[in-house]
Amino acid sequence: MWDGLVTGMMVGIQTTLIPFNIAVVLFGCFVGSFIGMLPGLGPITAVALMIPVTYGLEPSSGMVLLAGVYYGAIFGGSTCSILINAPGEAATVATAFDGYPLAQKGYPGKALAIAAYSSFSGGTIAVVLLMLTAPAMAHVAKSFQSCDYFALMVLGLTAVSAFAGRGGFIKALLMTVVGLMLATIGTDQTSGVQRFTFGTINLLDGLSFVMLAMATFAITEALMMILKREDTTEVFGSENVSNISNLKVTKKEFKKIAPTIGRCSLLGFFIGALPGAGATLGSFLSYGMERNLAKSEDKKEFGKGSIIGLSAPETGNNAASSGSFVPLLTLGIPGSGTTAVMLGALIAYGIEPGPRMFVERPEIFWTVIMSMYLGNVFLLVLNLPLIPYFARLLAVPRTILIPAIAFFSIIGVYLVTFNTFDIYMMIGISTVALLARMFGFPMAPILLGFILGGLMEDNLRRSLIIYDGSLSFLWERPITLTINLITIAIFMTPLIQLILASGKKSKTD
Amino acid sequence: MKVLLKTIFNRGYAITALMAVIIVSFAMPVTATEPALDQVHFLIPGGAGGGWDSTARGVGKALRDAGIIKKASYENMSGGGGGKALNHLISTARRQHGTMMVNSTPIVIRSLTGVFPQSFRDLTPIAGVIADYAAFVVPKKSKYQSWKDIIADFKKDPKSVRVAGGSVKGGMDHLVAALAFQAAGEDPLKVRYVPYDAGGKAMAGLLSGDTQVLSTGFSEAVGLANQGEVRILAVTSEKRLPQAPDTLTLKEQGCDATFANWRGFFGAPGLPEKNAVAFQEMLAKMYKTPEWEKIRTSRGWQNLYKPGKEFYTFLEKQEEVIGGLMRTLGFIK
Repeated sequence: MWDGLVTGMMVGIQTTLIPFNIAVVLFGCFVGSFIGMLPGLGPITAVALMIPVTYGLEPSSGMVLLAGVYYGAIFGGSTCSILINAPGEAATVATAFDGYPLAQKGYPGKALAIAAYSSFSGGTIAVVLLMLTAPAMAHVAKSFQSCDYFALMVLGLTAVSAFAGRGGFIKALLMTVVGLMLATIGTDQTSGVQRFTFGTINLLDGLSFVMLAMATFAITEALMMILKREDTTEVFGSENVSNISNLKVTKKEFKKIAPTIGRCSLLGFFIGALPGAGATLGSFLSYGMERNLAKSEDKKEFGKGSIIGLSAPETGNNAASSGSFVPLLTLGIPGSGTTAVMLGALIAYGIEPGPRMFVERPEIFWTVIMSMYLGNVFLLVLNLPLIPYFARLLAVPRTILIPAIAFFSIIGVYLVTFNTFDIYMMIGISTVALLARMFGFPMAPILLGFILGGLMEDNLRRSLIIYDGSLSFLWERPITLTINLITIAIFMTPLIQLILASGKKSKTD
Repeated sequence: MKVLLKTIFNRGYAITALMAVIIVSFAMPVTATEPALDQVHFLIPGGAGGGWDSTARGVGKALRDAGIIKKASYENMSGGGGGKALNHLISTARRQHGTMMVNSTPIVIRSLTGVFPQSFRDLTPIAGVIADYAAFVVPKKSKYQSWKDIIADFKKDPKSVRVAGGSVKGGMDHLVAALAFQAAGEDPLKVRYVPYDAGGKAMAGLLSGDTQVLSTGFSEAVGLANQGEVRILAVTSEKRLPQAPDTLTLKEQGCDATFANWRGFFGAPGLPEKNAVAFQEMLAKMYKTPEWEKIRTSRGWQNLYKPGKEFYTFLEKQEEVIGGLMRTLGFIK
């Protein structure tokens, strides 16, 4: 086994270190950071936008490029979340919880540096884990049945609402339900019946995820900017820019986040390796775990600029991103939206990811892994010194930024399905989303409900077919039962805390 | 500030230029080609990465590498299970003389179920190109050693045999399974079918123990079978397949059923005869090239060349068989 690992690594290193491929990684990281940094645009969009470019390249170079873009976009996305509180996609939503307050306190440079170090560590640790455990992990994930997936989705959605934090439990729950409802549009996977399609073929395949993400984040963000009289970029430009080049993170702070990085890398990697659960769940669960583990004086800091609260989701989402390559490369099942897009790119090359690829095209497998490692290093080395310059991008005047966001959103949505209907749909949804946002409803739960909703329903209905209409699958399988118990625990935690808090209060009264 | 603005504008310009290049590369103008072909435009009714996409791009690559054509362009248009592209091809027929749309068995199934109102009759059939036969697969640890074992268990208790597939209820994988059980003299309505949204996921479902049997395409299963992860108990071809000489056909196991999931190309309605013939000659030429052979074998496809009329008759017959089965199963009235 170790022989295979070493030879594999050597093959990967050889392919990755061709000068052309190094240039490709650099280019990918740069373009990825650039696109990811634009408010509202995340890794899915960035990777989707670059796919046409890869058609002209060799398969390994193409994958190297996409891996670079992927990491770049995740990195760029956190910058955007931290500096102007506009997450490009669901996976960086949790980054804004503490990253934005920290930047507002006058430490934007420190926030960005912590995010960069956490991303790097989470990504790198997870790539090493990916390399060592891919075969074994595939084995574990392989034994997950439909009922286990169902339990996992319920766990994910519960976690989203329970960790809603500032948005409020009820509001997040409501938005999750809206997401679940939107997921039912289209052809039902189980019976082939059309639901809520109103007789138009444009809705047969359901709503596109990228479209929904653009509508609820990018376009709504642009519209909010128009509505808000004051220019956020000016606010940003005035005082914070001067402070941004101060990237210093003290030794004490490093010591504080080190255990967090370790824990969240493991958690994120494992979450990401489960097919269907991606970076988003990785970041939210990491954030939640760290908040629950934190000492009481640290806990108070959460939501107000805690460095642990910033480091946790950043580590978690990067680790999960690497982890999501486990099901993609070993089973051919994408673990997240972005890996789903990458799967498309691989197949366009005539490479079918899966156990077959592991044996027949090992050079692709190892090149992707080694280039992920290289991409991580490049990003840290390249972007850390460039942060102050990159961040200036966010000081773009509104008159340029708003049309640019609209332009990229429309192009991005169109490039996914090549269907103009999606553009009109996006405009409609973003109008409703704008109203919801004005009343303080969080948007991320919609997206999560939407992504997990379809999967959850399919798996529930499959379980019901398999267990002949009985609900006994909820407790008969040990894996399902374990996951369900964790779900109940997560759901009860905020309630218990609430009861304890009110109990204390009444005592002191 | 001025300098800053300038750099922003420059960056904006760069990305705009990049975007323009990307957009232009997608919006390749479709010019009407002369019958002597030097370029083909492929219309793909699904997104990047599906079976349709790989077929169109595989054929285009073979044609270009072999020097039969100079240029191939591709257009992905997903939506409505292929209905969107179908609509587009019909409504812009007059300027689509250089276009071939890729499609496969689902066009027959989906027009029967009314997913879209049109059928293959509204297009100009050019040729069937490849076939992927269906296969019935069990995990390596399964107690089933032959298709007959499955039928025997099904006779005892139909509920004990759950069949996974990568399509919806009433979709291709389900119909093939129903067809096989029907041919064995069993009631196809009793088949317990567990749908997954893709073949790969259905395979994962089989391996996790969700189901006992998987109904899928031979090309999707052959890799895992060669590694010993799964066993292919039966294929739906007339004769045994060269890639798996030891795998029995359904017919050999007393089940008189065959099924080929063809993939082929259609032209716009009203496509002049000479254009259609030019396309057919071009494809016929491709089969003899080593470039095609390389692509074909690497993906586990079988050649199935049925040009023009022959293709049309084949489609009519398939429609009849599938339509009859769907009526039996109650999916259409």
